[in-house]
Amino acid sequence: MAKEPRVDSMSCHSGFVFTDDFTSYRFRDDHPFNQMRVVLTKELLEASSALRQDHFITPRHATEEELSLAHSRTYIQAVKQAGEGLLSEEDGMEFGIGTEDTPMFKGMHEASSLLVGSTLSAIEAVMENQVKHALNLGGGLHHGFERKASGFCIYNDGAVGIKYLRKKYNCKVLYVDTDAHHGDGVQWAFYDDPNVCTFSIHETGRYLFPGTGNVNERGLKEGYGYSFNLPIDAFTEDESFLQVYETALKEIVHYFKPDVIVTQNGADAHFLDPLTHLCSTMKIYERIPALAHELAHQYCGGKWIALGGGGYDIWRVVPRAWAQIWKVMSDGTPFQGPLPKDWLKKWEKESPVPLPENWHDPEDAYNPIPRKKEITEKNEKLLEKSLQLITNQKKYNSL
Amino acid sequence: MLVEEIMKTEVITLSPEETIETALKLLHENHIRHLPIVDENNVVIGIVSDRDVRDASPSIFEEDATPDELQNPIRTIMTFPVTTVHPLDFVEEVASIFYEQEIACVPVTRDDLLVGIITEKDMLYTLIQLTGTHVQSSQIEVKVINKPGILPQVMQVFGQRKVNISSVLIYPYKPDPKYKVIVVRIQTMNPLPTIEDLKTEGYEVLWPKSPGLTL
Repeated sequence: MAKEPRVDSMSCHSGFVFTDDFTSYRFRDDHPFNQMRVVLTKELLEASSALRQDHFITPRHATEEELSLAHSRTYIQAVKQAGEGLLSEEDGMEFGIGTEDTPMFKGMHEASSLLVGSTLSAIEAVMENQVKHALNLGGGLHHGFERKASGFCIYNDGAVGIKYLRKKYNCKVLYVDTDAHHGDGVQWAFYDDPNVCTFSIHETGRYLFPGTGNVNERGLKEGYGYSFNLPIDAFTEDESFLQVYETALKEIVHYFKPDVIVTQNGADAHFLDPLTHLCSTMKIYERIPALAHELAHQYCGGKWIALGGGGYDIWRVVPRAWAQIWKVMSDGTPFQGPLPKDWLKKWEKESPVPLPENWHDPEDAYNPIPRKKEITEKNEKLLEKSLQLITNQKKYNSL
Repeated sequence: MLVEEIMKTEVITLSPEETIETALKLLHENHIRHLPIVDENNVVIGIVSDRDVRDASPSIFEEDATPDELQNPIRTIMTFPVTTVHPLDFVEEVASIFYEQEIACVPVTRDDLLVGIITEKDMLYTLIQLTGTHVQSSQIEVKVINKPGILPQVMQVFGQRKVNISSVLIYPYKPDPKYKVIVVRIQTMNPLPTIEDLKTEGYEVLWPKSPGLTL
């Protein structure tokens, strides 16, 4: 199958989309969604000598035309008005704007269309062969709907980006979402499209927002069989997470054979994340990009665009997790050992919590999970159900 | 909630003289499991389920591909009298009928005429709507003392946070009847401030438990 050699130690020319203006996407001082994470990650990479000037891609804003690929014009108008202080609280409700999750803020249209534009810049760089892979940590806002903001997301850069890939390059897109929350906005945007396959692994929606992402959400009409979900149990740990994720992803890629892979790399499945109840460590944040990298080379001639996403422990978790994506993407191996001293020194004064000193988490970082065996077993069953259609097809083909 | 709010009004029916074969075909083509049998005035005089029809069909092991049994009129196998409900009955009553009579479908009639149908699937769909799990939300479970006035007190905490509630359910707290569990689905991705408020007010939050180090 392998069209290209092993990629474990492969250096790939990659692009890092960045601008300081990412931080203009800020709802409120005490809001958990904080793009300072991207700055912290970038500086961590620079302090580790992994990011150079020629890696940077300067993003553009998405045009209204581009936003309307995945959003209604009335919604875009409402966001614009809200950003100018011209939308009343009542009028905002219909569009999910002005809630606790997505409050109005000055310039919200510009800040949000920059995040979408940065994903488009990443896509263009890859599709025009300027780079093999591209990373836009400012994007991955997967809860945005056609005419509704929700879950900290205003415009859905992933959905706009995939529509753009379909329209401009006419390719088959695999969207892989490893955020701890279900990637609902992107799933519903392509639910009936057989040329876009979505796969989301997330904490079960029994308690956690948004509540969807059940294993039986498989797509609609022509899109049936092109939507995959793995709603794993709360308190799932590294071993079980990686076991089901790796099996599912490999099966799905082989079944769908995409031309390009778009990953949403939310970093909120970590045991320290305040909003979710999964119990993974840094281990999964090395393996997730490594798998995407390997499969992109095997099936897509390397075409891989990685986005950011959730991640609410912005000091101890997100910078390390996201820096590993870049490291794996650009030279094939993850960081190991201690974090650079300069970075720690600069930020330890700002951080409200003690910063970790190593790239890896210590073995006994959290108390043992009493229901581990049961959780592992439940996740295995789930994997079987999620891949049912692929398994059936294989059986049928072998008859 | 009233029956007329959840019933289906486009009902596929049969007249009593039609054949079992027609019934079999209708059930199969429309992916349904029940056919009300109506007379020329649209009065419900019987009902057949997919199992009734299958029981009356020849075994799949029979050699003969076009057996006579299938040509018998449907009135010979229909069930009657039929349990029906009125459009203004409560949905809860339909649930009780399904449970007690161990059936899965009731025709809805007004002045004896067929106006709709409710199946167990419609019932389950309604239940899903009641639990609020079909819209984006997070779930919080609060254990409270079982006494008058407690519900508005708890709800006030949500109101002050301006967080919209998509559903509220109240369950018994099995280990101790002095308590109840209030299950609230709220439309936010960040339930933490609300949980903090609840704790400050002295309520015990059963879920979500604090993640991370404090399991």
